[in-house]
Amino acid sequence: MRDALGSVQSVLVLGATSDIAAATVRALVGRRARRVLLAARNPDQALALAEELRVLGADADVIAFDARATAAHEELARAAFDRLGDIDVVLVAFGTLGADVGLASDPAAIAAVLETNFVGAASAIVPIARRMVDQGHGTIVVLSSVAGERARKSNFVYGASKAGLDAFSQGLGDALAATGVTVTVVRPGFVHTKMTAGLRPAPLSTTPEAVAAAIVDGLARRSEIVWTPRLLRVVMSLLRHLPRALFRRLPV
Amino acid sequence: MAGRLLTGWGGTAPTRAHVLSPADGGAIADVLGGAPPRGVIPRGLGRSYGDAAQNAGGIVLDTTRLRDIHEFDPANGLVTADAGVSLDRLLAVLVPSGWFLPVVPGTRHVTLGGAIAADVHGKNHHRDGTFGRHVRSAVLEAPGGERIVLTPDGSPDELWATTGGMGLTGVVTRATIALTPIATSWIAETTRRTADLDETLEHMSAGDRHHQYTVAWIDCLARGRRFGRSVAMWGDHATVDELPARHRADPLARRDRRALASAPWLPSGLVRHETVAAFNELYFRRAPRSARRIVPLDRFFFPLDALDRWNRLYGRAGLLQYQVVVPFGREDTLRTALEVLNRSGAPALLAVLKRFGPEHGPLSFPMPGWTLAMDLPAGRPALAPVLDRLDELVAEAGGRVYLAKDSRLRPDLLPAMYPRLAAWRRVREALDPDGVMRSDLARRLPALIGRG
Repeated sequence: MRDALGSVQSVLVLGATSDIAAATVRALVGRRARRVLLAARNPDQALALAEELRVLGADADVIAFDARATAAHEELARAAFDRLGDIDVVLVAFGTLGADVGLASDPAAIAAVLETNFVGAASAIVPIARRMVDQGHGTIVVLSSVAGERARKSNFVYGASKAGLDAFSQGLGDALAATGVTVTVVRPGFVHTKMTAGLRPAPLSTTPEAVAAAIVDGLARRSEIVWTPRLLRVVMSLLRHLPRALFRRLPV
Repeated sequence: MAGRLLTGWGGTAPTRAHVLSPADGGAIADVLGGAPPRGVIPRGLGRSYGDAAQNAGGIVLDTTRLRDIHEFDPANGLVTADAGVSLDRLLAVLVPSGWFLPVVPGTRHVTLGGAIAADVHGKNHHRDGTFGRHVRSAVLEAPGGERIVLTPDGSPDELWATTGGMGLTGVVTRATIALTPIATSWIAETTRRTADLDETLEHMSAGDRHHQYTVAWIDCLARGRRFGRSVAMWGDHATVDELPARHRADPLARRDRRALASAPWLPSGLVRHETVAAFNELYFRRAPRSARRIVPLDRFFFPLDALDRWNRLYGRAGLLQYQVVVPFGREDTLRTALEVLNRSGAPALLAVLKRFGPEHGPLSFPMPGWTLAMDLPAGRPALAPVLDRLDELVAEAGGRVYLAKDSRLRPDLLPAMYPRLAAWRRVREALDPDGVMRSDLARRLPALIGRG
């Protein structure tokens, strides 16, 4: 169960090899999460994290999960609840940046980004959400992005995928009203991770640990939307209203 | 079955349950017999601060339709009533006849069943013990299918597992309580401001011997040489002679029972460090340095009932109450706890300090020592490690946290805080072999019943 200050006992992580996921699950175990299931496309790559969490006192395990294999998502949800019992938090942290996916890319590459970040996320979340409704409680934490707030010319495919996921998550949160299950949408700015290594950091860049801290904070406050860093909320509300003619001239 | 989102009084951690409102013990037995895997928990008026009367995905039995007062004999001072009857209603019947409940908590708006399940204490604990000590019999619908009449002599283990058992031994449907005679509806109250913690503890220790009711409001935000300053209060039921002449004609008439209508006009989120500090300062200064006066019992026992739904002042994130007890001789821990909270900057509204008498049931909260209770806003993540640290200090000192108030205890410390937990679990398992009784509290503190 979640407690009054947002500490939780059991966590399912989808996309456990992401740096943000690792930092967040470490922080949650540091609070008092004791049952963790790490789902990753390549579960071997999550073994080290599982071991680290066990040292911190959690009962941690790994499971294979492929965002694009949507036919297996119902079974994944079933297996996760079998292993963990009640799931207090599911952290949806997987995604592909597709930094070079754009105008020049072939259709399969375009589809891959959208299928992973949007289709795969929506498909994986729904069967978990349904089971959370049955258990009468739960929090779904979805890693969106500021990129979804307004798609930029430099990564519009990624931006579109996150825009879709963000809208999906907010709509899902409303569909879940009064079920005891809530959705927290996390919108980080540029985060220094494996995924963004080699890219030029955008202004207001942040770290996985800072994002993790913002998520823990959001759980305590029962936030529906978490901006990290917080200033992005203001920045993005300005950018959102910038006329297209100006927005497309921005060097972003 | 109606699905409803429920929280405790603190408004934290809402979960959804199917809420049923059975009209009698037979209907309750049927629900227990056909319980779903996520189980059943009874709920009265929802005044536990945390998740004791929540059961996510399972059934919550609203007991407030069990509302008959079956028998009240003004000659022998015994009352028999349904578990869903509120203490407020009982007092409305009892006080005019010259009787008072043997123990009352800080609010009248709890049910008889809830008072038993939490084994509530009052300002007279040092003399009269917990509510459970005055239960002459209680009818329990045990989840195994039996209806058992629990009595202090016939079934002490089951009775004491049920008083303080947080609803996890079954559903109490009816109870008989031994009452306290009163001559008036007034309290002779002595108030005294104390300058610091040492003086507070000294006065509290001295006052217990002479008065039936004692409590102190302590200003948790005061620092420096004012650290631990309090308004200590002692009270006894006033005799007719002590009343002002104009009240002697009708000495049992109730005064000051009205509540300010719920306060939707108050902005939520009023509870911040600045406002709380200002309130505490005002409260302290308003109190007489030292005075003796006659006050209506409702003002003495239930000051917060004067503002309906005052929990709304804490806004959407809600509040939690941190109530601990540390044994006598561990005043150092009390001091450290106050210092840690003081330093954390958490806006604790006036906290309550009181001395307890002997210990009772295995899961009952009171034990000989000092209890400190304070309300804190929940939407502050920084509070989590602070309270975890306090849990540790309290457990080390041999103290404990009150489960009826709790919404965030460090789960690993429960067995240390309640050393008779294993004995309680054995009684519970005999009453509930299939683990029907479940609550969010029990899920959050897995050591409590040892199931998921």
